[in-house]
Amino acid sequence: MSLDQARRIVEEALSGIEYRVDEGKGFIEFIVAKENLVEAASRLKKAGFDHVKSLTVVDYKAEDKFKIVYHASSYLNEDLAKVIVGIGTEVPRSNPKVPTLVYVWRSVEFQEREVFEFFGIEFEDHPDLRLLLLAPQVAEKKPLRKDFIVKEEPIIRTKPPTG
Amino acid sequence: MEGNGGNGGRVYVGNLDKSAKRAKQLVMGKLRMGKAVDWATAFSLWPVHLTTSCCGCEFAATWSPRFDAEQHGALPWVGARQTNMILIEGTVTKKMACAVRVTWEQMPSPKFAIAMGACAIDGGIFYNSYNIVRPWEIIPVDVYIPGCPPRPEAVARAIIELQRKIRKQRVASKWIEEGWRPDREYVKPKEDPCSWWRG
Amino acid sequence: MSVWVYGEQKSELGLEGTITRKLEEDLYEVFIGPQHPGSGHMRIIVRIDGDIIVEADPDMGYVHRTMEKLSEGREWIKNVPLFERMAIHDACNVTVSYVMALERILGIEPPPRAKYLRTLLCEINRIAAHLYGFGIFGVFIGHSTMYMWSFADREVMVELAEKLTGARLTHSYPIPGGARRDMPQDFPQAARKAVRYFRRRLDEYRKIFLDNPVTRKRLEGVGIIPKKIAAELGVVGPVARASGIKYDARLAEPYDAYDEVEFEVPVYEEGDALARAWVKFEEIKQSLRIIEQAVDWLEKHPREAPIHERFWAKAPPLWKKVFEAEGRVKLLPLMANLKLPPGRAMARSETARGEIVYYVESDGKTTPYRVRIVSPSARNAIVFKYIAPGYKVMDLPTIYGSIDYFPPEADR
Repeated sequence: MSLDQARRIVEEALSGIEYRVDEGKGFIEFIVAKENLVEAASRLKKAGFDHVKSLTVVDYKAEDKFKIVYHASSYLNEDLAKVIVGIGTEVPRSNPKVPTLVYVWRSVEFQEREVFEFFGIEFEDHPDLRLLLLAPQVAEKKPLRKDFIVKEEPIIRTKPPTG
Repeated sequence: MEGNGGNGGRVYVGNLDKSAKRAKQLVMGKLRMGKAVDWATAFSLWPVHLTTSCCGCEFAATWSPRFDAEQHGALPWVGARQTNMILIEGTVTKKMACAVRVTWEQMPSPKFAIAMGACAIDGGIFYNSYNIVRPWEIIPVDVYIPGCPPRPEAVARAIIELQRKIRKQRVASKWIEEGWRPDREYVKPKEDPCSWWRG
Repeated sequence: MSVWVYGEQKSELGLEGTITRKLEEDLYEVFIGPQHPGSGHMRIIVRIDGDIIVEADPDMGYVHRTMEKLSEGREWIKNVPLFERMAIHDACNVTVSYVMALERILGIEPPPRAKYLRTLLCEINRIAAHLYGFGIFGVFIGHSTMYMWSFADREVMVELAEKLTGARLTHSYPIPGGARRDMPQDFPQAARKAVRYFRRRLDEYRKIFLDNPVTRKRLEGVGIIPKKIAAELGVVGPVARASGIKYDARLAEPYDAYDEVEFEVPVYEEGDALARAWVKFEEIKQSLRIIEQAVDWLEKHPREAPIHERFWAKAPPLWKKVFEAEGRVKLLPLMANLKLPPGRAMARSETARGEIVYYVESDGKTTPYRVRIVSPSARNAIVFKYIAPGYKVMDLPTIYGSIDYFPPEADR
């Protein structure tokens, strides 16, 4: 199955919901409004996309928004397994809150926790929104946001390690 | 009071602390037990099974039949209480630093540390990362192994170097004699590595 | 679809699952890790009732080395060795899809020779990684012979890779538009010898490990993941294939030379720890087939620079001289500050432990704008939470070992 065929399937599934198509190389994304995200995702699941490969969040600091995309694909339908289809939304950086999709796709549970600690995006109604990888002190800095810049360490140390 | 036991045997009476110290000096110094302690320690360096990072791949290969580091008297062991060496494999993250320190404190002395890989020296390829610490900030390191990752032969070589150091500088016997390590101040981390855990 | 039942093909199998039930009396919380038997740098917080796990909460992140953030400050080519550190025992497989994503943004295809070379190293790495997994699995369940055997035999494949690339583990072999160097003259003989050796050896592995009654007792019926649950949890690789999901990134979206070589994807229906071990075992056999085919192809076809013409045309004369004399392509100077056109690409490849997905976004600079990595172990970590409850505490090492969880890869 090619991406064009997959696009037709998803467009059919998403009828009645406003969306915008973002194309990339090797995948296709459907961006919907935040309110329609859960509805759109469950329709996608009914169409056969049964798991999420990647919950991709990109911080567009210049445009003051986070783009949150769930890149889904299929296991049980061997045809759909050949394509990656994204369903996503955009939220402003000042108020990063999105409804969780754990109840649609269980496979995003850990990835949502990961995004929560790295970007500080809150997933509403997530059953278990805790830190996953980071220690609390590090997670406070929200490290993957573009405004967190790692301080360059000096190459020459005044005190070399003993040993 | 001397000569009670015959054949040069001694019995010390009086202040118990003083007597114990003198007995220790006699056993470790005059009777040359210190040398035996150093010799025995050098050939039973058992690293604890704490794999901190990806150098663990080569760590595992070091004890495989081809490189067979067991011939140097070292064998990775499970429990921290039965080991006397820690082998830091690569990067130590902020979360792992706590585990390293806790494991180190559990081990009985005399104990030694080998830091493996470029990351363990000064960050290596992960220099400038916000989530790593240097192992020498947490525990006192005896031998460093450069390389990313070091070959298993290099790990075996580091074990031999450590054995040489223990026997030449008499690290183990002095450690027992003095109660602490004379050639190195006991590294205490500036910050509590477990602060993230204790809150 | 025929079903493989532990090495033999059968049509149907009735395997009863263990019933998971939640007990709410005296619960104890046990912290397993990060210092624990076997190799592993993660903590699993389990709550047990007597001997039965009631809840398991994987506490990851002990090896989180901030690769996604570091990659944003480094040049495109420098990220290849960086991402390799995710799984250094499987270096080519984890980086090849990053390189493919860059190639998609650049709009180039590597020449066929480079494709075959990459496929060859990927399969060598896959066997080495599976043997590594078997060895660690052996340590976990107290089968130290398996550790000794598989680590000894892994050296055969590691040496083969060393012959091809010059490094034991960290090859940094694939680069955008091709591969780093061609194979040496005596490589085909060495590869064929290794394949012959492994064919003979694998039968002994089956006897001592997979058909060993003690091992079977410990693995059979442990950590069962039914097909539908596997799809819902989104598990990948041998874990998914042991549950009856016929999914392999090499089949779904053939990359490199995988659409030209012949191989099968073993699928088992049982979904337990033993089936996962069998999938890995059968995959080693298939990888041997691919290695043979790739070596044959490379031997038959004349040597050419295994890098895209667009880059090779700009190579300095010294580079071409070195290639003619030694068959080795030095890293091209233009790679150092390679600029990618703005664009976004996703690529996936099948590592030994499952599928790895890269999302790469470029804004036209020499460094990436964003790289998102979803590694197989990160996706398999969810198994601990949903599958481990209901089994005994001593089944946890079995489950851990059977999904071949590799923490540096999961934490990135």
